[in-house]
Amino acid sequence: MRGLINYFSGMFNGIISLVKGMGVTGKYFFTSPVTIVTQQYPENRKTLEMFDAFKGEVTMPHNENNEHKCTACNICQINCPNGSIEVVSKDVVNEEGKKKKELDKHHYNIGMCSFCGLCIKTCPSNALAWGQEFEHAMFTRNKFVKTLNNEGSKLIQKKGVE
Amino acid sequence: MAEIIQDIQEQEYLINMGPQHPSTHGVLRLVLSLRGETVLSVQPHCGYIHRGIEKMCERLTYQQIIHLTDRLDYLSAHINNHAVCMLVENALGVELPERVKYIRTIMDELARIASHQLWWCSFGMDLGALTAFFYGLRDREPILDIFEESTGGRLIQSYYTPGGLMKDIHPGFQKRVKDFIKMFRKKINEYDQLLSGNVIMTQRTQGIGILTEEEAISFGVTGPSGRGSGFECDIRKHHPYSLYNKVEFKEILRTEGDSFARYSVRMDEMRESLNIIEQLIDNIPAGDFSVKMKPVIKLPEGEYYQRVEAARGEFGVFISSKGEKYPYRVKLRSPNFSNLSALHSIAHGQKIADLVAIGASLDYVIPDIDR
Amino acid sequence: MEFNIYDFTSFTKWIDESLNAAMSPFWVMITEMAIIGVAILAFYALVGLFLVYAERKVCAFMQNRVGPNRVGPFGIFQTIADLLKLLMKELVYIKNADKLLFNIAPFIVITASFLAIAAIPFAKGLHAIDFNIGIFYVVAVSSLGVIGILLAGWSSNSKYSLIGAMRSGAQIVSYELSVGLSLITMVILSGSMQLSTIVEAQANGWFIFTGHIPAIIAFVIYMIAATAETNRGPFDLAEAESELTAGFHTEYSGIRFAFFFLAEYMNMFIVASIAATIFWGGWMPFHVPGWEGFNTVMDYIPPFIWYIGKTAVIIFIMMLFKWTFPRLRIDQLLTLEWKYLLPINLFNVVLMAFIVLMGWHW
Repeated sequence: MRGLINYFSGMFNGIISLVKGMGVTGKYFFTSPVTIVTQQYPENRKTLEMFDAFKGEVTMPHNENNEHKCTACNICQINCPNGSIEVVSKDVVNEEGKKKKELDKHHYNIGMCSFCGLCIKTCPSNALAWGQEFEHAMFTRNKFVKTLNNEGSKLIQKKGVE
Repeated sequence: MAEIIQDIQEQEYLINMGPQHPSTHGVLRLVLSLRGETVLSVQPHCGYIHRGIEKMCERLTYQQIIHLTDRLDYLSAHINNHAVCMLVENALGVELPERVKYIRTIMDELARIASHQLWWCSFGMDLGALTAFFYGLRDREPILDIFEESTGGRLIQSYYTPGGLMKDIHPGFQKRVKDFIKMFRKKINEYDQLLSGNVIMTQRTQGIGILTEEEAISFGVTGPSGRGSGFECDIRKHHPYSLYNKVEFKEILRTEGDSFARYSVRMDEMRESLNIIEQLIDNIPAGDFSVKMKPVIKLPEGEYYQRVEAARGEFGVFISSKGEKYPYRVKLRSPNFSNLSALHSIAHGQKIADLVAIGASLDYVIPDIDR
Repeated sequence: MEFNIYDFTSFTKWIDESLNAAMSPFWVMITEMAIIGVAILAFYALVGLFLVYAERKVCAFMQNRVGPNRVGPFGIFQTIADLLKLLMKELVYIKNADKLLFNIAPFIVITASFLAIAAIPFAKGLHAIDFNIGIFYVVAVSSLGVIGILLAGWSSNSKYSLIGAMRSGAQIVSYELSVGLSLITMVILSGSMQLSTIVEAQANGWFIFTGHIPAIIAFVIYMIAATAETNRGPFDLAEAESELTAGFHTEYSGIRFAFFFLAEYMNMFIVASIAATIFWGGWMPFHVPGWEGFNTVMDYIPPFIWYIGKTAVIIFIMMLFKWTFPRLRIDQLLTLEWKYLLPINLFNVVLMAFIVLMGWHW
């Protein structure tokens, strides 16, 4: 007799649990247009805003005079665990006749970057920053190597306090 | 004829489950020998995603190691990084600001919830309830947003660094976390309605895939999988680090040792993690988010070990240093590798479908197994 | 000729008579068969494509997603695009596979579902054949599909396929019983196996209401068993994605795979329309005895719409099953059938017979 009771109670409890589960999915079905969480990605590209901290790519911000802060000190290159940064510097003789190291090209290979952020954190002159760009797909690998400093850009000359 | 039948009965039916298979969660290869639907033996073959992280670490500075430990068990990236950071800090005797400890503990617990949510998704999917998969991912999204807002990364954050954090948390961090806790407390009951109480699900997991406490200890099965067998192995409780000795939380234990016990340990752990975060989130003290460290960290000569409770069990880092800026040797004790080793003794004698459920309840992450 | 949306009898009769006036009876037969064949084929493709789309949309809404929305407005041409893709894909030949059986299997599956459509009354006077053993025919024909599945699994020379096929064999052989017995319960109530008679008998109330508790039990059992018969939902062990990758059709590609896929949806449509016909009155409008005004309002809705609506509701329930429940294990599947459904079903048949004998049904 007990076996029979267990048989039926088990069956009914089972059915109730199944109906409960169907209640959850059914609830979402009938409230569906409100509860949809999917982002319509290519369509919302214009309005899509990433968080400020988002690590899209390493960039070198330039001011309006096409000047950056990089002193070509190589610290980012040393700190990069993957060797994705190569700083090419050149020696420039300034008007006082002194030799000075200046940034020629700051190569950044995004294909090798693992977005650890050490270059940005360790940069003594805050020359690097995270960019918000995230559509990095390319057809060839050599396009992954980017030059971060603009053509003809110069180091910001500090004014006032030397 | 009788001989042929005898022959067939003694033959084993060998199947390669993986490296490409929907329920091995990656590139794990299981060689199964079957008799009918019954699994006679399971032999895991690892190495399909071996990257030699331990060896790579020998040529990286201690700050640089962080971005590789992210990529072990990517679902508990924060927690893995915590272990490395703590090792370096303890070795150098750095005293951390309270703010760092608070943020680290909250982030760890958020990572644990996110990891368990993803486990819940894949558990449902492995059992065939595909809708569970999407609900879990849906509710994981707010956590990833929290991570992204403060750390810049969604899956791989590289947020901790020896001596503190890479950057401070976003001003909206606390509000977002509180919103999430409020939202998730409701949703987790939905999880119970959809899957935990479901008769098919309980039938498929209760009494299936039993791992006894002795086996759990001898295989070194830690984390929720071990606690499902009654093995008290919560590092947070027994060897507290960071702020875990200050917060109140229970160590979830089940003694049944079956798939359902492992399942319910994880479900309860999510609730427990919510409690831990709630105790901390309002009290984050002001202060620095990192200690000034030397640009080149050199550990004193010696051997160091630090363990933490990752989402899947005990994660340990062993570093042998010769006093240089690179570690001399690194060994990572990854929880999944030990958990996987118990798979044969859990799953033999069960059905194929049970093997899938057991695998789901052990919750392995393949990059952590192969390293 | 008067085309009447509420009664297709005169329309079909007009076709028959005008054909008879034009040619000999033999050619009339051939022509009618061709017409029906083409009509069913078109209907089949249309319904199949629509159901695939519907399922994707329904499951998407349950899972808080949008579902297909790229091809055409709301993605309605998505399945057509998928079909074109499948048509153009390479048919992969498996080494050491049994070529003949491997090629035949999808056709057997699809033919079996094709045959069953013939007996279903879509509206008054709109069915291909009106058997006096309609239910029997449908049950017999719809179980043919398992042969195709078994062949597919056996001939693929793949271990996953074989396991899937064997599971499917055990499953369908068992659940055939429940489908049959639950339908027999209703046959006792209606006193006929002819589908048109069964529908006519529900003019004053659908069987699920007039048949008291046994009819409801039979309906629940039929829904469970029918879901299992179509290899869907929590009973999709034959293709168990997370266990056997794709089960019996692991090795199939291109249009052959599409055949299996289409047959699954058509089987779902067939079992749903049988459930609608037998339990919910088919194309018969919803009538409440005594409420004359209400009944006439209901009569204004064309029977075809009634039929499609009921079928759609049942299909939706089946989709709800599939997208909510975890999959059963093979031994639990058989336990459910032999320990629960079958005894209850047998008891239910007796109960129904008793009720009918006592004349307690309306």
